[in-house]
Amino acid sequence: SAAQLPEACPETLRKEMEDKVTNPEKAEEAKLKARYPHLGQKPGGSDFLRKRLQKGQKYFDSGDYNMAKAKMKNKQLPTAAPDKTEVTGDHIPTPQDLPQRKPSLVASKLAG
Amino acid sequence: ADIISTVEFNYSGDLLATGDKGGRVVIFQREQESKSRPHSRGEYNVYSTFQSHEPEFDYLKSLEIEEKINKIRWLPQQNAAHFLLSTNDKTIKLWKISERDKRAEGYNLKDEDGRLRDPFRITALRVPILKPMDLMVEASPRRIFANAHTYHINSISVNSDHETYLSADDLRINLWHLEITDRSFNIVDIKPANMEELTEVITAAGFHPHQCNVFVYSSSKGTIRLCDMRSSALCDRHSKFFEEPEDPSSRSFFSEIISSISDVNFSHSGRYMMTRDYLSVKVWDLNMENRPVETYQVHEYLRSKLCSLYENDCIFDKFECCWNGSDSAIMTGSYNNFFRMFDRNTRRDITLEASRENSKPRAVLKPRKVCTGGKRKKDEISVDSLDFNKKILHTAWHPVENVIAVAATNNLYIFQDKIN
Repeated sequence: SAAQLPEACPETLRKEMEDKVTNPEKAEEAKLKARYPHLGQKPGGSDFLRKRLQKGQKYFDSGDYNMAKAKMKNKQLPTAAPDKTEVTGDHIPTPQDLPQRKPSLVASKLAG
Repeated sequence: ADIISTVEFNYSGDLLATGDKGGRVVIFQREQESKSRPHSRGEYNVYSTFQSHEPEFDYLKSLEIEEKINKIRWLPQQNAAHFLLSTNDKTIKLWKISERDKRAEGYNLKDEDGRLRDPFRITALRVPILKPMDLMVEASPRRIFANAHTYHINSISVNSDHETYLSADDLRINLWHLEITDRSFNIVDIKPANMEELTEVITAAGFHPHQCNVFVYSSSKGTIRLCDMRSSALCDRHSKFFEEPEDPSSRSFFSEIISSISDVNFSHSGRYMMTRDYLSVKVWDLNMENRPVETYQVHEYLRSKLCSLYENDCIFDKFECCWNGSDSAIMTGSYNNFFRMFDRNTRRDITLEASRENSKPRAVLKPRKVCTGGKRKKDEISVDSLDFNKKILHTAWHPVENVIAVAATNNLYIFQDKIN
């Protein structure tokens, strides 16, 4: 349903309101910018792409590791797989957490 | 059961391979027609299961390598055994799947249970005989193609010469020979000298079905480049560049993201190719670069939901698309376990659902409809009720018949034309 446009509206604001009615994509963009005002200037640009290329990166910090080890002395070691959304440094991959490096050539279990 | 990450029929359609997030490959085989079991005509049953890839950790780069199978591609059959290529983010493997239905009995040096016989007690020689045994299907890795990709592999494609294949990651495409694992040729490299200047990545690639020198690759900016390997060793310069012109006034924050192509597929004829972006499927004539010849809206109602879809990351979902055997129809997936089929000749389309709750086995599927506004009719589902966790990303169509395979998260559905 079309909104009633007041006569006194400046031209740019009127065009913007028209856009929201005829262009749902622009309306969604306005919604997003309202929620995240600091969203990057280049959408889908370098930052986003570089994050995609870095998928799987897990860093190790020996200082954090030793501090966490000291904290963990009184707690049980985690048995579940590391939560991927945890900030590096807060979760320390211990040697027990890391998956074993298996040999590349896997003999078929079905082979006689 | 794990989340299915790829589905692929072989050249005859008798075998259907699925790969999953846990690195396993499961192959189904079509039952032969038989009078004693008329209802199992054309049913697919498990033929072979094996662990293709394991999780790895690259200590040098501090990189976790998922075992998830990104793609499976069959090789054309040349003898009794079947061969397929399966790949995760970093390593491609060639697997041989063979049948064994005979076993040798009557060895001289060992007993039937495998224990070695005392050679001094052997007084006579016998010739071992081949005896029939229960069918055993074995999968063995014949080639490992490793260490050629710095970035994550998104596509593999077997060449029509049946000797070479390509593998593509975010920034590079490599050409391999199926027999040679210690070398591959880089044929496309779009990595900029300064990574700050990175503006697009490779999203999919594939060889032409008949012209062994031609391949295409799609990008995150919605473009497709066709390259000819005869023109130069490094195909950084394309022979053809396909892009649909965009209306600059309608450009938004989401424009580039939703234009990113998630899949590209040549038609069987080799005359057309199909691309899938977030909201539509486009058919391109290879002879026309400036716009697609056909555009099909998959779920246009999502255009007014892009903000939420960006927040829950669904806007980055990578849907695949496929042709039927005669190139007269195309299929692609959507949300809520819906998948869509478009008939290119009649321009009719249909939305169906892959779900056990809403259809019984062997029952005819009821078409679904999403209500986009106004009053919701009975049997329609409103956009806000769609389950965005139930996504159908992977579908496959039998190369000849009207049989389709649809992967709905961790379930595989196989649908056939009604048998009269």
